[in-house]
Amino acid sequence: MDIEKRILSLTERLQYIKDIFGEKENVNVELLESKLADFNQRENGLSEEDQARQLAALEDLYVFLEKKLERELTAMDKVRIVRHPQRICLKDILENVYDNYTELGGEGEYNIDPSMLIARAYISRLVGGKVYNQPVMVIGQEKGHGEEFRNGGSVKPWGNAKALHYMKVAETENIPIHTYVFTPGSFPIEDYPGAAQQIAKNLYEMAGLTVPMIAVFSEGGSGGAEAVGLADVRLMLSHGYYSVISPEGAAAIEGRLRGGDRASAELIETCAQRLKMTADDNRAMGYIDRVIPEPALGARPEHYEFFKLLRSEVIGATDEVVLNVKGWRFFRAMTVQTRKKKKGANAEDIYVRWSLSAGARSRLAWRRYQRFRKMSLGAFIDRTPFNRKMERLMRETGWSIYSFFKYDFLRKHQKKISHVMEEIGSEIQVVKDRVAVPVRWVRETLALSSKQENIEETEKSLTELSCWDEDACDPGSGASYVSPQAREDYAVTCPNSATHGCKDLWAPDLFRDFGGVCSNCGHHFRMEYQWYMHNLFDYNSIFEFSRNVEAGNPLSYDGLDAKLEKAKAQTGLKSACITFEARIKHINVVCATLVGSFRGGTVGAAEGEKFVRACERARRKHYPLIAYVHGTAGIRIQEGVNGVIQMPRCTMAVRRYIEAGGLYIVVYDTNSYAGPLASFLGCSPYQFAIRSANIGFAGPGVIKETTGMDIPPNYHDAHLALSRGHIHGIWDRRELRANLHQALQTMGGRNLYYR
Amino acid sequence: MIDVKALLDEMKASPFKVIDIVAPHTGVVEYVATEPGTCVFGARGTWREKPGTLLLNLERERNKKPVYAPLKGEIETAFKELDGTFVEAGTLLATIRHYLTKDEVIEAILKKTLYLFNAPEQAKYYFFPEVDTKIKASGPQSVKVHDGMELFIVSRMKREAPLVYSGPEGMIYAVYFKHNESIEAGTPLIGVCPEDQLSLIQDVVSRVQSEWEERD
Repeated sequence: MDIEKRILSLTERLQYIKDIFGEKENVNVELLESKLADFNQRENGLSEEDQARQLAALEDLYVFLEKKLERELTAMDKVRIVRHPQRICLKDILENVYDNYTELGGEGEYNIDPSMLIARAYISRLVGGKVYNQPVMVIGQEKGHGEEFRNGGSVKPWGNAKALHYMKVAETENIPIHTYVFTPGSFPIEDYPGAAQQIAKNLYEMAGLTVPMIAVFSEGGSGGAEAVGLADVRLMLSHGYYSVISPEGAAAIEGRLRGGDRASAELIETCAQRLKMTADDNRAMGYIDRVIPEPALGARPEHYEFFKLLRSEVIGATDEVVLNVKGWRFFRAMTVQTRKKKKGANAEDIYVRWSLSAGARSRLAWRRYQRFRKMSLGAFIDRTPFNRKMERLMRETGWSIYSFFKYDFLRKHQKKISHVMEEIGSEIQVVKDRVAVPVRWVRETLALSSKQENIEETEKSLTELSCWDEDACDPGSGASYVSPQAREDYAVTCPNSATHGCKDLWAPDLFRDFGGVCSNCGHHFRMEYQWYMHNLFDYNSIFEFSRNVEAGNPLSYDGLDAKLEKAKAQTGLKSACITFEARIKHINVVCATLVGSFRGGTVGAAEGEKFVRACERARRKHYPLIAYVHGTAGIRIQEGVNGVIQMPRCTMAVRRYIEAGGLYIVVYDTNSYAGPLASFLGCSPYQFAIRSANIGFAGPGVIKETTGMDIPPNYHDAHLALSRGHIHGIWDRRELRANLHQALQTMGGRNLYYR
Repeated sequence: MIDVKALLDEMKASPFKVIDIVAPHTGVVEYVATEPGTCVFGARGTWREKPGTLLLNLERERNKKPVYAPLKGEIETAFKELDGTFVEAGTLLATIRHYLTKDEVIEAILKKTLYLFNAPEQAKYYFFPEVDTKIKASGPQSVKVHDGMELFIVSRMKREAPLVYSGPEGMIYAVYFKHNESIEAGTPLIGVCPEDQLSLIQDVVSRVQSEWEERD
C-alpha cells in the first residue's frame, strides 16, 4: 500500500514537471518518464524489499533531476508554474502561515467576490515565555484549486472595493495589513464601481494608509496586482512573476494579432523573457525588496518548510517596517537588520508591538511616499546638464520658501490684519458718510460728476475698438493654430449620419471654424493636442518644463528604440507627456498633457516622472493642476514593471498635492484606457470628458479575449461613463476654456494662490 | 376561404425578393463585389455592429463612402458599366436576391390573409388595460374583437384618446406594434383572423415551418 502511494506521488510529480515544461522536449524529463515506466513494468516481478530499494533510488533521482531542471527554468516556465492548479494559493497560506483566521465578507461561493479573500488572522509569538497574539488583516486574491467561482483570481470591481473597505478597517484598528497578490489581472468590466475607477480609488487610499503594509507577490498582473500591491515592503516568491501584461497579451500586441488569432509559442516565450517579469529581474530593478526562495519547481501545498520560511519573512518584514518608524527601536532594529543576513534565523525571537503611535503613523506614510518617489528614476533618459539640474533644485527650494512665507506664514497674519483693517475701514466709512452729507448735496445739485463720467464713457465707446462679442476680447482666442486636417479640400462623413441624418461636412470648415464638432449632431471629431494648447490657454502663456526628460528603453526591449525614435521624429516630442505652466483667463495653472499621437499616449517611466514633477511644481507654487488627456492607451508594455510602477508613484504624488489643498482636474479627450485611468487620472475628484470621448479600463478586444463577453459598441462612451459615475461631467470642446475657468474659480481646496 | 396551397405555391414560385441598391448620393462608383451569385451578408453581431459585405464605394469630394449589403443574399446584377463613372443620387447600382426565411414567409402570408387594422395617425398606441392584461396573460389569440369595440388608446402630444376597432369580427392573431414606440400612420397595428379561419391559418404556419427550405 505504501509503495503504491509512493508510485502515485511520483506519477503526479512527473505530470507536474511535464505541465511546467509544456511542449518543449527535455532529456531530463524523458529520462524521468522512462525510469518510472521501467519501474512500473518490473514492479510485479520484484520482492517488496527490492521494490522499496529501487523506489528510494528513483525518488532520489527525482529530487536530483528536479533540482537540475530548476536551473533550466525560463520566464515562461515560471508563468506556467504560477498558473498551475497545484500552485499554493492564499487559502494554503492562511492555513499554514497564520495561527488562526476568520474569513470576512463571505466564505466560498457565498462571497461578495470570491476571487478576493479577506481574513482577520492572528500571528502568535512566544517570546520570553510569554505568548503575544498579534492581529493582522490578510487581503489577497484567491485562485482556488480549480474552483470555478473564484474566476481564477480575476477580481471584479466590487472585490477591490471590499479589499479597500477592510484596509480602512485595519487602519481604524491600527493593525498591519498583509496582502497577497495572486492575480492574472483585474476583471475588465465597467459596471459600477468600474474596474479602473475602483483600482484608482484603492491606490489613492493605500497611498495614505497609516498602518504597515506588506505585500507578497506570486502572480502580479498589471492593474489587478496594483489594487492591493502598494506596500511598505514588497516580497516576492522566487517562482512568481510581476508584469505589466501577460506574455500572451504582449505577443498579441507584438505580432499585431486581431480577431482571436493565437500567437506562436516561440513569440510568447520571447515576450516573457523580454518583459523581465521574474522575481530576480524585479529585485534587480528595485521594485521588489526581497525574494523568498521556493522549493525546486515551485511551492505546492505540501511544502511545509516553505510556509515556515514565508511566515518568518512576513513577520520580519512587518517588524522592519514598524521599527523603522518607531521611537523605541535601537537594539531591535539592529537585531532585525543582522537577522536578515543570517540564514535560518527566526523572526519570532524578538517581540515588536505592531500598533503605531500618531507620530509613527505619519512618518510611515511619508516614508512610503519617498520610497516610491525614488523608484524607476533610472528608467528614463534625462539629458539635463548638471548645472541646470542644480539650478532647478535651487529654484524649487526657492519656491518652497517663498510659498511658505507668502501662503502659509504671511497669509495667516494677513487675514488678521485685513480683518482689523476692514473693521476700522467700516467705522471710518460711517463717519465719512456723515461728514460728507453737505458736500454731496452740493455736488448732486450741480450734477457735475455724473455728467463728466457720462461724457467720458461716450468718448471711450466712440474712439476705442469694440468687442462685438465676448470671446473676441478674450486673450485666449488668438487662434493661430490651424489643424493640418483643415488644409485639405475634402468632405467628411459624421459617424452619426445614419441615425442623425448629418450632412457631409467640408474639412476646412469642420476642422477650422467648427472646432472639429459636427454642426448637426455635435459629434466631436479628433483634434490635435496643439489645438488645445492654442485655444485653451491664454495667448503666448505656455512655458514648458522638464523638457529634457526623455522616454527610454529601460529593459532594452527588442525594437523599442527604433519605434521611439520614429515617434520622436514624427511628433517632435521626447515623450508622450508634455508638462507646462500656462494661464487660463489670467489664472496660472500647471498642466500635464498625455499626447495620443506619441505611441498611443502610453505611460512609461519618463511620462510618470514628468507627471510627478508637475504635481510637485503645482504644490510648491500653489497652482491648480490640470491633467489634459488627449489620449492614452495605458501603460507602455515594453517598459514592463517600470511602467506599471508609475501607477502608484503618480497616484501618491497626486494625493500629496490634493492633501496639500490643491485643485486637480482631469479632462479626457478621444480615447483613454487602462493603467493611467486606473490610477492617477481615475483618482481625481473632478474628472470631465469632452463629448464623444471613450473612457474605460480595457478595450472591447481585450474584454472579448479575457472574458468571452460581447460588449455593445458604445460600452465605453463618455455618456455611459457619466451615468456609471466614473466622470463628473461632459463638456463641449468649444466651451472647454470657459468651463475650465469656471471650474478653477468654483472648485478646489484651500491652497490655491488666487483664493 | 383561404387557398393555402395556392398561397404557398405562389411563394415557392418566387422564394426571394430582389433588393435594389441605389446610390444614396451623387459620386463616382467603384465596385468591389460584382460577380453574380456571390454570397453577401447583412449587418451582423448582437448589436448589428458588424457591417455587411462591402458592395461598392461611392466617392464624392474625396470622401469615400462604403455601401454595404443590407441583407443576406446573393448578388443578382451589378451594373459594371457604371464603374468609375459619376452617378446621380437614386441610380440603381446593383440588385441583391434575398431568399426568404421561414419567418419572412409566414409574415408575408399572414399579411395577405389576416385583416390588418392600420394606425390612423402617427402616435403611440396602447391596448385598453383590460385587453392588455388579457394579452399578457394568455396571448393575443385570447382576445375577440368586433366592429365598434374600444380597443386602443392613442397617445399623442400628451393627449390620450380612445380608438375604436372597425373591421370584421375575429380574434387578434398578430400584434405589430410595441409599447412606447411611435407608430407611423398607415402601418398595421394588429392582424385579425375570423374565428372559423383560425385553424386554417395555423395550418399554413405549421406547413411553412415544416416545408420551407431556407437557403444558406
